[in-house]
Amino acid sequence: MLTTTNPGPRRARFGLIFGAIGATALLAAGLPSLGATGGVVDAAAKAVTVKIDNFAFAPPDLTVAAGTTVTWKNNDGEVHRVADDHNAFSSAALDTDDSFSHTFATAGVYHYFCTIHPYMVGKIVVKPLSSKS
Amino acid sequence: MADRDKTELLGTAKLNRRGLLKCMAWTGTGVVWGLSGGVPRTIGLVGSAAAAEAAQGDLTFVQISDSHIGFHLPANPNPTATLGEAIAKIKAMPTQPAFLVHTGDISHLSKEEQWDTADQVIKGANKQVFFIPGEHDVADTGNGKAYLARYGKNTQGRGWYSFDVAGVHFIALINVFNFQPGFKSAGLATLGDHQLEWLEKDVAGRSASTPIVVLAHLPMWTIYPQWGWGTEDAGRALGYLKRFGSVTVLNGHIHQIIQKVEGNVTFHTAASTAYPQPAPGTAPAPGPMTVPAADLHKYLGVRTVDYVASKGVPALTDSTLVA
Repeated sequence: MLTTTNPGPRRARFGLIFGAIGATALLAAGLPSLGATGGVVDAAAKAVTVKIDNFAFAPPDLTVAAGTTVTWKNNDGEVHRVADDHNAFSSAALDTDDSFSHTFATAGVYHYFCTIHPYMVGKIVVKPLSSKS
Repeated sequence: MADRDKTELLGTAKLNRRGLLKCMAWTGTGVVWGLSGGVPRTIGLVGSAAAAEAAQGDLTFVQISDSHIGFHLPANPNPTATLGEAIAKIKAMPTQPAFLVHTGDISHLSKEEQWDTADQVIKGANKQVFFIPGEHDVADTGNGKAYLARYGKNTQGRGWYSFDVAGVHFIALINVFNFQPGFKSAGLATLGDHQLEWLEKDVAGRSASTPIVVLAHLPMWTIYPQWGWGTEDAGRALGYLKRFGSVTVLNGHIHQIIQKVEGNVTFHTAASTAYPQPAPGTAPAPGPMTVPAADLHKYLGVRTVDYVASKGVPALTDSTLVA
């Protein structure tokens, strides 16, 4: 896992570098061990997909680096709708095969749920960009 | 009471009590709730001291539910056609219902064109229709604004209302808003304090012999919490209703007929006009259940409710869409 001793300045500085030199190379070089708490995360990826299958988010818990775009893909025959508990993001109604994406710019823990089937819940942990431990 | 004797009801047509009673004069017998299912059955009792008004005429009405216009998957590629069959079934009833109720999920995705289609088909029955939304009808980005703009005229709060017909008090409750996430709630539907306070006032002062009919989309008792099939604060609503001698709760949402009796309250979930869902716990998840095309009509239907005031007994007849 990442450890961060001074996340604020580093996050800002890395944000600049991120924009300047490109995220893929940086992520590949600097964040090889970024872990997930329940799902597989490609640390080098800027994009990760959460599947919606059988009225559940898969993986339900996911850890990503700041700047990652998470896409929810509805594979169910039923309509779902993804929303953060604190309105950080919210999808339209997703019909079968529809997707919704959100880019997590800010580190934090995001609890979300389906506003149509509220017992469907998930969590995205967004880690700040920083040097590896 | 502000909502009593509502003369302009939901939808495009107008209805008042006098007009309705005229209608009922030629319906002949009883109140009928129409919903589908197949086997006629009689459930529940209306207090023998049914409101005197009811003696003026019996009442028959029909419930349809969960039409999901816009759904397109193999479970039913053409829900518009099956809704049309349900309407044809209603038109062919020898005792014509006074009106229809639709207990939600008119559309699949809260789109105007889906409601346009539904309204066009339902209009074929040539009856007044009382609508309530399902969660699929409030899935627009405005969180229900589109539904309320279209169907919510003359309603309270976020779409609830009540009205009286032939001595029966109808209460349309809305439990498809404000779902709270499962990590901070039971993950069930809610009515909310605002609506519950309205309900308490709505029924206050009414004679306990007034027959009550409650319309809701999600079940008003917890059928299967793992699938969210229940309403967290339904108990409070039922607390306001328990003094009444006859309470009949009609809902949709689960696309199958399940019934329960609890004291003077009878609960009846309805068949869909579009597609079935699995019985609680019999599948990994709820959702559209694909059955052999030849069998689909056995799972769809309409419910007729016949209320014969002189006998004080409401009878529910569920009929499938099998020709």
